[in-house]
Amino acid sequence: MDFGRISRRHLLQGSAALTLGTAFGGRTAFAADTTIGFIYVGSRDDYGYNQAHAQGAAALKKMPGLKVVEEEKVPETDAVEKTMESMINLDGATLLFPTSFGYYNPHVIKMANKFPKIRFEHAGGLWTDKDPKNAGSYFGYIDEAQYISGIVAGYSTKSGKLGFVAAKPIPQVLRNINAFTLGAKLANPKATTQVIFTGDWSMPVKEAEATNSLIDQGVDVLTCHVDGPKTMVENAARRGAMVCGYHVNQSPLAPKAYLTGAEWNWEALYPKFVKMIAAGEAIPNFYRGGLKEEIVKVSPYGEAVSAEARKHADDIKAKLTAGTYTIFKGPIVDNKGKTVIGAGTERGQRDTELEKMDYLVEGVIGATS
Amino acid sequence: MTSEVAGPAEAVAISPAADPGFLQRYGGTIEYILIPGAALVGALGVFGMFVALFGKSPLDLYFYMYQGAFGTWFSWQNTLTRAAPLILTALCTALPAQLGMVIIGGEGALLIGALASTSAALTMQSAPPLAVQLAMAATGMIAGGLWIMLSGGLRQYRGVNETISSLLLVYIALAILNHLVEGLMRDPTSLNKPSTREIGAANMLGSIPGTDVHWGLVFGIVAAVASYILIYHTVFGFAARVAGGNIRAARIVGLGVGKLIMTVCFLAGASAGLAGMVEVAAVQGRTNANLAAGYGFTGILVAFLARQNPLAVIPVAILLGGIGASGGLLQRRLGLPDASVQVLQGIIFVFVLASDALYGRIGFLKGKS
Repeated sequence: MDFGRISRRHLLQGSAALTLGTAFGGRTAFAADTTIGFIYVGSRDDYGYNQAHAQGAAALKKMPGLKVVEEEKVPETDAVEKTMESMINLDGATLLFPTSFGYYNPHVIKMANKFPKIRFEHAGGLWTDKDPKNAGSYFGYIDEAQYISGIVAGYSTKSGKLGFVAAKPIPQVLRNINAFTLGAKLANPKATTQVIFTGDWSMPVKEAEATNSLIDQGVDVLTCHVDGPKTMVENAARRGAMVCGYHVNQSPLAPKAYLTGAEWNWEALYPKFVKMIAAGEAIPNFYRGGLKEEIVKVSPYGEAVSAEARKHADDIKAKLTAGTYTIFKGPIVDNKGKTVIGAGTERGQRDTELEKMDYLVEGVIGATS
Repeated sequence: MTSEVAGPAEAVAISPAADPGFLQRYGGTIEYILIPGAALVGALGVFGMFVALFGKSPLDLYFYMYQGAFGTWFSWQNTLTRAAPLILTALCTALPAQLGMVIIGGEGALLIGALASTSAALTMQSAPPLAVQLAMAATGMIAGGLWIMLSGGLRQYRGVNETISSLLLVYIALAILNHLVEGLMRDPTSLNKPSTREIGAANMLGSIPGTDVHWGLVFGIVAAVASYILIYHTVFGFAARVAGGNIRAARIVGLGVGKLIMTVCFLAGASAGLAGMVEVAAVQGRTNANLAAGYGFTGILVAFLARQNPLAVIPVAILLGGIGASGGLLQRRLGLPDASVQVLQGIIFVFVLASDALYGRIGFLKGKS
């Protein structure tokens, strides 16, 4: 570009754009009925946690009268407070979805106190009655979908060895590992799950190493709980292993190796929230559910899944959807031989004891610390 | 590079006998403003072309960058909030640079400072807030200072390259932080987001009155001005610059180079440690993995763009804060990916480094002699 040619005319156009931009910016913000802001901690096409939320946002974009603004890779610092404020002040957003777990405390709470008329819906299930009423936190019992994945994995493994690439030994992750293993044992009582913790949510190099090392040890079906399952899925498929996905449907990455997967169903939940607001209903501040409430779902089965596996998995899925099945039903022994849920005790979906989970069930090879 | 940093002050101090014409006297200072300014304009021009390649209007781009960074009072506060930690972490690179050392481990000192200051606050819960805050600042600065002194000591006494050692110490700091936060210092109620206990609302630093910018900005400006005075207007600073210019000459004239290195490294680490304390006491309220947000690494960029001048660190940090603040608006209005902000930062960095070659070569600034 020749800088000499940026003339007065260009500068005048620039300042005209400046004035018009301000005028139109203000007008469009009011013309649409509602502006909704989505904030992601990572990239919104990560085939994982953030993409699941972006799919929910995409479902809202299809609804009339809604304007959706999105910002990705916002860290869990005061940067997210500023992003929320910027969406409120400059975009006129009245409903915000800060989707990362670590956004809630203190950032969402602080902003909810500062903007009492704006609605904040956070993903993570962290709301307590001490928190502002215009904030809410929702989450899904995705271990139900992991349980179904486990059943399919249990039928599909030839070696009886399953692998789990996990981020951190925290209750949510342990619950997924345990549900996956319990599901696999329904299909194959001798199945074991070898787990490797990478230490953080997004560690592609370590995830690839963990995947390879699991396959080297004879594991032939893998799943994971990290932010972006792409690394595990692609590496496992390349090595000829089968995979169960997580967060979103990763079958486009590995069409032959993909058995099924545990997915979020935000594209069902977010339109539901918006319709509730439009109808003047209050969204419960603490909103949770599983397959029955359509907050989580199971990926369509891949071609490698046997008819027997499909039948068993569909049967359990129907019971979970009807709310008549309990995954964590005693007696359950952990992998150190200690009884963690006694015979006759049923810990249902909403049992808060499950949210403090600090053990790995019998059949899991690995340690929580 | 460091010897050039000392340029203007030396030009004045060393050649008092020369013709005291205006350009002779102020040419260096004018150069200082003109060259980085031109580099910035050039970088924005190239970035505009880059954006035009994606079919977006560069004029829109400049307008939204201006609006998002400096266009409204809210935008200004957004910019200043983001600049605050960068001033402090930039000093961690700029101070050792006076001695010819390239320290890039400010992130490590920030994390260690945050951990130490959190520990201080948690052990003195019943003390008055001011005492807690002072103790936090002191422990954060001492811990951060000692951390960078490790690199200085390795260089001075073991001949280890300080750039490598300070970078590697970042990973050690992060591992220590994760270990303590997930173990010894973990708040048992922080189930899915391992964190320390909170330092308590009463002990938080709060905002500068009339704004929502936290006190870290004031700490940063004070530290930057103090560093400038120390380097350019004290005997100690002069000795440091002599050692930076020619370490052998410094030894021959009897300067205690080892002592200089250790002291400067301590001060550098102390400012990054203070940034860690501010992140805890003004933003997060506790220590967890959120603190590793990369302020230490952005600080390196700020220091180099400021050509290691402690005073120039302030406007450069505000500029980068502004770029960060406008990044969100670029994503939301122009649909640019988050990475575009990094592209811009990279272009600016290249332009400023390349413009180094122009110093002392612009004819009309040399004056006539």
